[in-house]
Amino acid sequence: MNSIVSLVPLFPLLGFLINGLFRKSLSKTAAGIIGSGAVLLSFIISVYLFSDIKGNEGYIVNLFDFINVASFKISFAFQVDQLSVLFLLIITGIGFLIHVYSTAYMKEEVPADFARYFAYLNLFVFSMLLLVLGANYVIMFIGWEGVGLCSYLLIGYWFSNTDYNYAAKKAFIMNRIGDLGFLLAIFWILGKLGTATYSEVFDLRNTLSETDITAITLLLFVGACGKSAQIPLYTWLPDAMAGPTPVSALIHAATMVTAGVYMIARSNVLYAMSEVSSDVVAVVGLATAILAGTIALYQNDIKKVLAYSTVSQLGFMFLALGVGAYTTGVFHVMTHAFFKALMFLGAGSVIHAMGGEQDITKMGGLYKKLPKTTWTFVIGVLAISGFPFTSGFISKDEILISVFEKSQVLYWFAVFAAVLTAAYMFRLMWLVFFGGFRGTHEQEHHLHESPAAMTIPLIILAILALVGGFVQLPEAFGGKEYFNEFLSPVVPAMSHEGSSVATTEYYMLTGTVIGLAVIYFLTRKKFAVSMFEGVYTGVKKFLADKWYIDELYDAFIVNPLNAFAGFLKSVVERSGIDGLVNGVGRFVNYSSRQVRLLQSGQVGSYILFMVLSITVFFLVFWNQDNIAHFLTNIF
Amino acid sequence: MISLLLLLIPLAAGLLTMFTRSDRDAKSLSLFASVLTLIVSFASLAGMFDKAQLNCNVAWLPFLGANFSLTLDGMSKMLCLLNALAFPVAFGAVYRNTYASANNFYGLMLLMQAGLMGVFLASDCLLFYFFWELALIPAYFLCSIWGGEKRIQVTFKFFIYTFIGSLLMLVGILYLYFKTPDHSFALSSFYKLKLAPSEENFAFILFFIAFAIKMPVFPFHTWQPDTYEQSPTAVTMILSGVMVKMGLYAVLRWLLPVMPNASAHFSQLIIVLSVIGMLYASLIAIRQDDMKRLIAYSSIAHIGLMSAAIFTNQQTGLQGVMIQMFNHGINVIGLWIVADAIETQLGTRKFSELGGLAYKAPVLAVLFVVLALANIALPLTNAFIGEFMMFNGLFRFSVWMAAIGGISIILAAVYTLNMIQRIFYGKTNSVTAKAIDISTGTKLMLVVLVIVVLVLGVYPQPMIQLTNDSVLTVLGKFHL
Repeated sequence: MNSIVSLVPLFPLLGFLINGLFRKSLSKTAAGIIGSGAVLLSFIISVYLFSDIKGNEGYIVNLFDFINVASFKISFAFQVDQLSVLFLLIITGIGFLIHVYSTAYMKEEVPADFARYFAYLNLFVFSMLLLVLGANYVIMFIGWEGVGLCSYLLIGYWFSNTDYNYAAKKAFIMNRIGDLGFLLAIFWILGKLGTATYSEVFDLRNTLSETDITAITLLLFVGACGKSAQIPLYTWLPDAMAGPTPVSALIHAATMVTAGVYMIARSNVLYAMSEVSSDVVAVVGLATAILAGTIALYQNDIKKVLAYSTVSQLGFMFLALGVGAYTTGVFHVMTHAFFKALMFLGAGSVIHAMGGEQDITKMGGLYKKLPKTTWTFVIGVLAISGFPFTSGFISKDEILISVFEKSQVLYWFAVFAAVLTAAYMFRLMWLVFFGGFRGTHEQEHHLHESPAAMTIPLIILAILALVGGFVQLPEAFGGKEYFNEFLSPVVPAMSHEGSSVATTEYYMLTGTVIGLAVIYFLTRKKFAVSMFEGVYTGVKKFLADKWYIDELYDAFIVNPLNAFAGFLKSVVERSGIDGLVNGVGRFVNYSSRQVRLLQSGQVGSYILFMVLSITVFFLVFWNQDNIAHFLTNIF
Repeated sequence: MISLLLLLIPLAAGLLTMFTRSDRDAKSLSLFASVLTLIVSFASLAGMFDKAQLNCNVAWLPFLGANFSLTLDGMSKMLCLLNALAFPVAFGAVYRNTYASANNFYGLMLLMQAGLMGVFLASDCLLFYFFWELALIPAYFLCSIWGGEKRIQVTFKFFIYTFIGSLLMLVGILYLYFKTPDHSFALSSFYKLKLAPSEENFAFILFFIAFAIKMPVFPFHTWQPDTYEQSPTAVTMILSGVMVKMGLYAVLRWLLPVMPNASAHFSQLIIVLSVIGMLYASLIAIRQDDMKRLIAYSSIAHIGLMSAAIFTNQQTGLQGVMIQMFNHGINVIGLWIVADAIETQLGTRKFSELGGLAYKAPVLAVLFVVLALANIALPLTNAFIGEFMMFNGLFRFSVWMAAIGGISIILAAVYTLNMIQRIFYGKTNSVTAKAIDISTGTKLMLVVLVIVVLVLGVYPQPMIQLTNDSVLTVLGKFHL
C-alpha cells in the first residue's frame, strides 16, 4: 500500500502527456477537466497519505535504480514523511484551486494553447511533487530543475512577446546559477559520504568536518537563493510576472519559490550544525525582506507589488530558518501559500475586470462592482499584514518571537520589514478597491465580478487565510501547536522559554494592533488621495526604480561578459588561434617555395648541406641517448 | 562474426551504391543497408552471442605481427550502435534533399560508416590506423565536393589538421610497435608494454595530439566550426555525432590503458586546457548568429567536459564519458537535423533573419525544445546523467575545476535558450511567414531521437551496465 504515493506525481504526469500530445484535438472543456482532475486525484491521495502518516514513522518507496555505479548508488525513490506530505497537501490543494480558476481565466485562448497551458501547469505540479517527494538530493534536483523549466515555459507562455521571452530566459538563467550551487553541494555530499539519500546523509553527518558542513550548507543555500528569489538572485521573480496571473499565483507565490525553504527545512540537521551558514541564511533573508519591502512601496503594477511582497515574505521564511525556527519557516510557507495565492488570484480577477489593465493608479473603487474579489482580497491584506488571529498573524509573530530570542538587532529590523509589509499592502488595497475610479470610461463600463470558477477558489482561500493559522495557535491564546507537533518527527521545533513567551505574545498582539491602526490611517490619508500626482523623485524614485539593481547587474556582469565573449569571438578566435593556424599554413607554403630553390642540381651545394646537417646533428645529440629523450625534455 | 558483419555491410553497400544509376536507387540502397546494420547492431546487444561469435581474429600481415582482429566489448557495442543509428537517422532526415551525383555521395557516406565501425572495433593498432584513415578520407571528399561556398579552403584546413594528427599517431604507433617484445600491433601486446617514463611521455604526446585534434581539445579546435558550417548537413551530423567520438574512444582504448603513467602525468594540464575550452567555447557560442556555428561551439564545450572527465582517473568521470559519448551523438545529430530542416526550407540559418517559427512549425518547435533541453543537460534527459557523472568525477579531481567548469552549465542555458527564442519565439517575419512544419520523414527521425533522449534520461542503468566493464578495464590499467 505504501507505493500508492507513486500515484501522486503520476496523475499530473499523465495529465501533461494527454494535454500535451493531443492538444490539437482536445476541446477546452476536456483539457480543463483533464488538467484539473489530475491534480484533484493527487490531492485526494495526498489527503489519504496525510491521515495515514499522522503520528507514524516516515518511509521510503524505492522505484528503481537511477544511477548505480561503484562509488555511489542513487535510487529513484520517494520519501513519505510529515514534511513531504505537508508540502503535497499545499501543492496539490492550492494547485487544484488554481487549475479550476484557470479554466475561467484562460478561456479566451484558442483550444490548442489552452491545452498547452494546462499541460505546462500539470508538468509543473509533477516536477514540484518530485522535488518534495524525492528521497535523496538528486531526485530533489530533478524536480528542482523541472520547476525551473516549467516556470520558463509558463512565463514565456505568450511567446510572441519578446519582453516575456526575456523575462522567461532571465528566470531560467538566474535559477541555473543557483542550481550550480546545489549541484556542487550534491557532489560534495556524494564525495564525502557516498550517498545522497537524506536518512543516510543525516545519519553520517557527524563524520563530516566543520568545513564540509559549512560548504555543503552554504552551497545548498546558493541553490535556495536562486529558486526562492533571495539576494542576490531575486531579480527574476518580479519579471516573472509576465506569465498568466494564475501562474504567478501557483508558481511564483505558493509553490516553486518555497522550494528553497523546503530544502533547508529538509536539511535542518545539517544547518543546525553550522552557525555560520545559519547566520548567513538569517541575514540574507532579513536583508531580502527589507529590500523587497521598500521596493514594493512604490510599484504601480499590481502584480509587481505582489511579486516584491512575495520576495519579502520569502525573506521572512529564511529568517526563521536561519534562527533555527524550522517549523515556523515551514508554517509561514503554508500561511503565505493561502494568502498570497488568494491575492494573486484576486489580482487576476481585477485584471480580468479591467480588461488587462495592471496599473493601480488607473484603478480605484472597485469594491462596488467586484464585491467578492474585494472582500476576499481584503482578508488577504489583513492576513499578510499580520492582523490579529489571521493566519499571517500567527506565523509572522512566531517568526518575530523566534528572532527576538536570537538577537534583538535582527528583531527590530524584522519588525521594520513587517511594518513595510503592512504599508505597501494597505496602499495597494486603497488604490485598487477604494476611493474613486481613475480608469477610462470604457473600462468602468466593463467592470464586472468574475465567474464562479474564479470566485469560489477565492472564497476558499480567503477562509484558509483567515482561520488556517489556528492549527498553530500559541498556548498564550489558548491554542495548541498542532502544526509543530505534526512536523516534530522530521523537523524539530524551536523551544521557547515558557513563561516569557506568553508575555511577549501579548506585547506583540498590542503592538501589532497599534501599528496596523497607524498604518491604516496613514496609508489611507496619504495614498488614497494624492500619492501619484507627478513623477517620483529622490528616494521615492530610487525605490520605484528598484534600487537600480538590474542596471547594476547589467553594467557589472552582463555587459562585460558579453563584451568579453565578443572579444574572444572576433579577436582571440579569429585573429589569434585561427590566425596562427592559417599563419602556419602560409608559412609552410612560403617556405616550401623558398626551399624548392635549394634543389639547384649542383652536387657541391648538396655536399655542403650534408656536412652542415651532420655537424648540427652531432652537436645537438652528442650526449643524448636518443631523440625520444630529447623530445620529452622539451615538453 | 557479428563484428565483421557490422563492418562489411556498410563497406559492401557503399561500394555497391557507387554503381547505382539513379538517385532513387542510391538513396534506397543506402537506407536499406544502414537499417540492416542497425539491426545487426541491436542483435549484438541482445546477449545471445558468445565472444567467439562477436569477435573476429584472422592473420592479416603475419610478417609484421598485424592481425585482422575485431573485438566487440561493451564500449564498442555502444559506439557501434551510435554509428549504426546515426546513419539511417541522417539518411532519413535528409531523404528529400537532392545531391549532385547522389550515388557517390551516399557511397562515400557508407564507406565512412565502415571506417568508423572499424575504428570502434579494431583491436590491432595497425588495423585501427587503417580504419582511422578510411573514415577520414571519405569525409574530405564529402566536404570538398558537396560543401558550402568556402568548402575548398575549409576542407584543406580540416585535412591539414587531421593529417598532421594522423602522421604523429602513425609515428607513435610504430614507436610503440618497436618497443613491444614480440613485435606485434595487437592491443594485448600494447597493454603489456613497460615503458620508461620519458619514452611513455614521448609516445603519449604523439598520440594525444592526434586525438586532441579529433575531439577537439582547446586550442586544437579551429578546424571544427568551419568544417561543420561548410559541410553538407548530413555529413556534419556524422562528423560531430560520431566522428568526434573517434578521438574520445581512442583515448579510452589506446591512450589511457597503454600509457597510464604518462596520462596521469599530463592529466592536470589536459584538464585545465579542457576546462578553459569549455568556457571559451561557451562564451563564443553566446555571440553566434549562425545556427550551425552555435551548435559547433556548443559541441566543443560539451566535448571539453568529456576530455576533462576522461583524465580525472575517477570511475564516475569515466563512466560519465562513456555514456555521454552516445548521448552527445544523439543530441547533436538532432540539433543538426533541425538546422538542416530550417535551412533547406527557409534558405537561412541566421538567427537575425528567423523568428516566430513556433507558430508555423509547432511540431518542430516541440521536438527542438526537447533536444535543446538535452543540450543543456536538464534532468530526465540523457545528457544529465552523463554530465552529472562527469562533473562528479571532475569534482573528485578538483573542487575548483568542477566549480569553474560548472559555469559552462549556466552559459549553456544562455546560448541554448537564446537559440530557441530567436528561432521559434517572437513574431514571424517576411522569411518565416510562409514556413510550414517539417516533413513526415524528418519528424519521424526527430521523434526517434527524442524518445532515446527521454528513455536514457529516465532509465540510464542499462547503458551504464553495458559500458561498466570497459571502464573497469581502463581504470584497472591506471591503478597498476
